[in-house]
Amino acid sequence: MESAFVRAVKLLISLDHEIFQIVSVSVRLALSSTLFASLLSIPAGILLGFSRSRAVHGIKVVLNSLMAIPTVVIGLFVYSMLSRSGVFGSMGLLFTRTAIIIGQTLLIFPIITSMVLGVIKSVDPVLKETLTSYGITGTRKHLIIIREVKTQILLAIAAGFGRVVGEVGVSMMLGGNIRWYTRTITTSIALETSKGNFEQGLALGIILLIISLGINLILHVSVKDEA
Amino acid sequence: MNKLMRIALAMGILLLAVSANLAAEGNAEQPAPAVEQTSEQVRIKLASTTSTDNSGLFGAVLPIFEQKTGIGVDVIAVGTGAAVTLGKNGDVDIILVHARSLEDQFVAEYYGINRRDVMHNDFVILGPTEDPAGIRGMKNAAEALAAIASAGIKAKAGTIFVSRGDDSGTHVRERLLWAETSYSPAKAGDWYREAGQGMGAVLIITNDMGGYTITDRGTYIAMKENLDLEILVEGDDQLFNPYGIIAVNPSIHPHVQYEAAMQLIAFFTSIEGQQAIDDFIVSGQQLFYPDAVDPRLLHQGE
Repeated sequence: MESAFVRAVKLLISLDHEIFQIVSVSVRLALSSTLFASLLSIPAGILLGFSRSRAVHGIKVVLNSLMAIPTVVIGLFVYSMLSRSGVFGSMGLLFTRTAIIIGQTLLIFPIITSMVLGVIKSVDPVLKETLTSYGITGTRKHLIIIREVKTQILLAIAAGFGRVVGEVGVSMMLGGNIRWYTRTITTSIALETSKGNFEQGLALGIILLIISLGINLILHVSVKDEA
Repeated sequence: MNKLMRIALAMGILLLAVSANLAAEGNAEQPAPAVEQTSEQVRIKLASTTSTDNSGLFGAVLPIFEQKTGIGVDVIAVGTGAAVTLGKNGDVDIILVHARSLEDQFVAEYYGINRRDVMHNDFVILGPTEDPAGIRGMKNAAEALAAIASAGIKAKAGTIFVSRGDDSGTHVRERLLWAETSYSPAKAGDWYREAGQGMGAVLIITNDMGGYTITDRGTYIAMKENLDLEILVEGDDQLFNPYGIIAVNPSIHPHVQYEAAMQLIAFFTSIEGQQAIDDFIVSGQQLFYPDAVDPRLLHQGE
């Protein structure tokens, strides 16, 4: 096993065509899902965050429960929709990259929404009072508050990305682990492990770690700068 | 980092995601040696078994077909039971599986048409060198399983049987063999373990437990260097393992790529396709034996 790290580095350096392709599919799918989920989640989280309705508490409970859903359950749910025998079967989306993006978007929608909601709710009440006392109200006030918490919103997006890039249930079930097409780092690890190629699996795992480390490092630097 | 740079970074990530997304809309990327990708390229989905995919057979044979016809083949490797279900639901265009009873039912119910024999290998019963159940060299596979069960029930140390437990072709065959014994693994004790995983994973589990299992010879050969298990029983007619290819019926599922699926069947059963199967060697051993053409048409030994 000690050679797994060496192997990972070698795999990275060799720019092996297939490894490169697998990594690029993983990252592109995760970025797409994160983008779509963010487009839905951030406005939803902000709206809920500023809402004074009592229903928000209930919604937050639901969102938090949804965060705990196993990826295979989301996979199974979307699978039953996209299969030719399902509601959206005629679109022929099962075992495509689009199917993975749909599943992953659903997976992280509750996570990002809930985090953004929490961020808005936890804004220092003194700031709100100060803004009101200066006569700043309504949309302008909200925009200032959002600007105040934008780094935390960025962190919520990063959390979403981290979740999708490392998940295997949705990708395996909806993508089918098709070589050169829907094979991602995680489904590839599952495959190599099942074939007994533990080193190759571990090497891919290390590559995954390097990617998420890189993303978090970039974020950390930009957030620290802000503080 | 100043504000401008941060905005640029955010924009960059956004742009990347959007472009990635556009790229994701396209079809599969081609491996380097295969034909150039065009947007109108026909792609078909082939559901097949973990045994054929894990051994590397498709990686060796399908590029020839893709080169020749320009049709791309996306392989989804699952157990035979799951592959048949994918075919029934119309989620794939064609299946290549190994459980004759399920195949015949699939065709009889009109879900599949044009079934052809493609190739065969055989199942073998593997076990630890110590062989606590004493089945080494037995000629009858069902009797060997009965001996394992008997030793397992008496709790003879190290007698564990690991079953695929996943409705795969291998699992179907295992159950057929059990049906010939007086033992019912459904009510079995501790010695009988259902893994619910693919062939490769089950071999690793069995190896770890030092137990017995039944496998197709191809997967065993492909993974042999990582295993301490030995072939203890082989050669019984009951262990014959034929693979069939079946197109999904376009009259039930009009959306399937029937023409392309038939081209794949034609290729697998052609002299060229059969030769490619015959030429597929792992660790110096042939894994699959072509069945669709007279063997005299193939040139032997490379």
